Amino acid sequence: MLALENVHTYYGKSHILHGVSLEVNPGEVVGLLGRNGVGKSTTLKTIMGLVRPSDGSVRFEGRDIAGMAPHRPAHLGIAYVPEDRRIFRLLSVLENLRTGLDRPGVSEARKDELLEKVYKHFPVLRERRSQAGGTLSGGEQQMLAIARAMMLEPRIILLDEPTEGLMPRMVSQIREIIHVLHREGVAILLVEQNVPLTLEAAGRVYIMEKGVVRHHAPAGELRANQAVIHQYLGV
Amino acid sequence: MGIPFDQILIQTVNGLVNGMILALVASGLTLIFGIMDVVNFAHGELVMLGGFVGATTLAMTGSFWIALAAAALTLALIGAVLQATVLRPLLGRDPLTTILATFGISLVLQKYALWQWGPSARKLQEPITGQFDLFYLEYPWYRVLTAVLAAAIIGALYLFLRFGKYGIWIRATTQDRVMAQAMGIPVPVVLAVVFGIGAGMAAASGVLFGPLGGVTQTMGSDFTLRAFIVVVVGGMGNLGGSILAAIFLSLIEAYASLVVSPAQAVIASFVVLILVQLFRPTGLFVPTPK
Amino acid sequence: MTRPARPAIGYWTGFAIVLALLLATPLVLPEFWQRFVTEILIWGLLAMSSDILIGYTGMVSFGHSAFFGLGMYGAAAALLTIRPPSLWLTIIYGLVGAGLVAVFVAYFSTRLRDIYFAITTLVFSQIFYVIIFTWTEVTGGENGLTFRQPPFSIPGVLSVPFTRDGFHWFIVAVVTASYLVLRRVMQSPFGKVLQAIRENEPRTRAIGYHVERYKIVAVMLSGLFAGLAGVLYAVQNKFTAPDFVFFLISGEVVIFNVMGGMGTLVGPVAGAAFFLVLREGLSRFWTEYYLIPVGLIFTAMVIFMPQGLLGFLKRRLNQ
Repeated sequence: MLALENVHTYYGKSHILHGVSLEVNPGEVVGLLGRNGVGKSTTLKTIMGLVRPSDGSVRFEGRDIAGMAPHRPAHLGIAYVPEDRRIFRLLSVLENLRTGLDRPGVSEARKDELLEKVYKHFPVLRERRSQAGGTLSGGEQQMLAIARAMMLEPRIILLDEPTEGLMPRMVSQIREIIHVLHREGVAILLVEQNVPLTLEAAGRVYIMEKGVVRHHAPAGELRANQAVIHQYLGV
Repeated sequence: MGIPFDQILIQTVNGLVNGMILALVASGLTLIFGIMDVVNFAHGELVMLGGFVGATTLAMTGSFWIALAAAALTLALIGAVLQATVLRPLLGRDPLTTILATFGISLVLQKYALWQWGPSARKLQEPITGQFDLFYLEYPWYRVLTAVLAAAIIGALYLFLRFGKYGIWIRATTQDRVMAQAMGIPVPVVLAVVFGIGAGMAAASGVLFGPLGGVTQTMGSDFTLRAFIVVVVGGMGNLGGSILAAIFLSLIEAYASLVVSPAQAVIASFVVLILVQLFRPTGLFVPTPK
Repeated sequence: MTRPARPAIGYWTGFAIVLALLLATPLVLPEFWQRFVTEILIWGLLAMSSDILIGYTGMVSFGHSAFFGLGMYGAAAALLTIRPPSLWLTIIYGLVGAGLVAVFVAYFSTRLRDIYFAITTLVFSQIFYVIIFTWTEVTGGENGLTFRQPPFSIPGVLSVPFTRDGFHWFIVAVVTASYLVLRRVMQSPFGKVLQAIRENEPRTRAIGYHVERYKIVAVMLSGLFAGLAGVLYAVQNKFTAPDFVFFLISGEVVIFNVMGGMGTLVGPVAGAAFFLVLREGLSRFWTEYYLIPVGLIFTAMVIFMPQGLLGFLKRRLNQ
């Protein structure tokens, strides 16, 4: 469904991605591991059209999306939850959700349904729905960022380090929501530093180093033999 | 002091009226700055063109209200087109470039107005004439109407931004343009529309100001300069701040013109700007300096 | 960085040619164009002074009309009050006038950045404009002041009135000397620090440079040379007017900088020439509407050709 082939991306003069190739099939949870700075976030940003690749192709459901205007991928079914959450701090929780909810072709009834669903999974958001996003705690903001992405009814969600800086209780909630999404058939490309979570949630895992994918294996294989993980991540 | 009370009273009301017109101009400017970091040097020219379009429409139709609407809509359209063509390629480049580009546009617009409407001033006929009794003085109705209309337009803008889908889009884009795009908000369209709204508001100010001061092709720079001062004093991007600053500065100038000539009274605003820059550079009405 | 192998020859040849052409103009051109060239040089000097701030230090200033204007009015003060009129005292008065303004602007330059600095300098120009415009008893108000041209004098040695050609050569000498001085300064370590400030101010500060001090010097330098241009303009035209202090003049100066190429010193002079020639040419057809096409050209250049006419020569001109 999503296929990157030999993608090269620059930030100004810095050559960040040196030919990244990976793919995600419908409904799959795919992990992307690697140390800080290897280009994991840049990969997600390239998919999302927030940075333009200088070479290579990014295809989603057969279409080349690499050159698209940055507001198009969301309409195609790709949702993005960035590393620093980036919720709209001055908008209320509900207004944050509405940025994803107010799309053409969605009936009022469906909007209410989606809101209810998300409130059910994240009750704290219902409580705080009139509060400004910036007043939420770190964990709550992460919930909001994911909920906001879910409002797009996406076919794939790009999750960038969702558990970073969260307490263990929150990490469990993240794990839970990944399961829920997976059950609903939403594909997930999960970028993480949290290895155990990734190995448990994902079906396949890519490992990146210095802007390229160095290793690719089913999660089970990596669970059994952690040597490769140690090699690339030093954990 | 020796200044008669009735003069102070009149100047207070004048200050409020002028303040509301200025607030209308400045709101558009600060809205544009907040969402796309553009310091629109041509904003005063938009006011001026609005005044001229209004004057011409008024002459053709005889209705002030149609003139107001026509001016606002025409300039809104022109503004949106301007943003989409000239300013879009400059997005992300250093701020000097947009200042220069809008400066160039202001020159073109100014001379275009001279070409189309000639060098003499146009006066607009006010929609309601007559005066009322303000305590023991007489004060023109139209001036009060101007302030009310300006307040109404600003109020409408506020409601639009606060509620409704598009208001959310605009506010989201203002806070985080990249993330707004990631959520599927068509940011290029939003930017053009916001510029259009700012231009429309400027044009409305021009029409409202018409009966008070006439419309000439040189009035643009004056409005631009004042609007800049208001926006800086009020806190750039801060809508509420600009409104307060506009009223504050207009009142100060109104009182100053009791003591010096109106041409010199404008220095009062300049001094306020300089003081604010020295002591509270982020803006006088911004809650806490960052 | 490799040492460039004597780029000097090409550069100095070009320089010599241009200088020779400028000196020859009185002999070749009819009077109108002769004066035109002289005026281009004066505006060029003003544009050069602005380049120090905009092109080299990265500070956009709309205040140059204040420096220029006060140089003019300072000169006027000297020419109206001192008997016999003295060229050098006129220059000194003008420089002092501009210098005082520069001190204020310099102070603000250390506390404000970018757009706030730009708007504040704009307001500065307007403050002086309003004062000059309304203080009719002293400044002549709207109508300005007129006076006679001082003779060219070497104190104690000779005093001879300027001829048209003589005045032109005097201007060429002053502007050329100013250019050489500024070039030398911009190529010195001081100039390099200014450029570093433009590229990345926080980093320059982090390395240990007192950015504030450099900015102050840059503003003073810029202001003094702008004031000098004002003095020359007053002496050439024998009048001053508040129009020259209006912020639109600052805007035109910025146009010269952008059109000609920022950060090159000669670029702005070329920009001034380009703009003034365009204005002269276009006003034949468009009369007072010449600013419509010129404005469009300028805006197009800002978008598509931000490096200006001579921008591509930037590195070579700065070696």
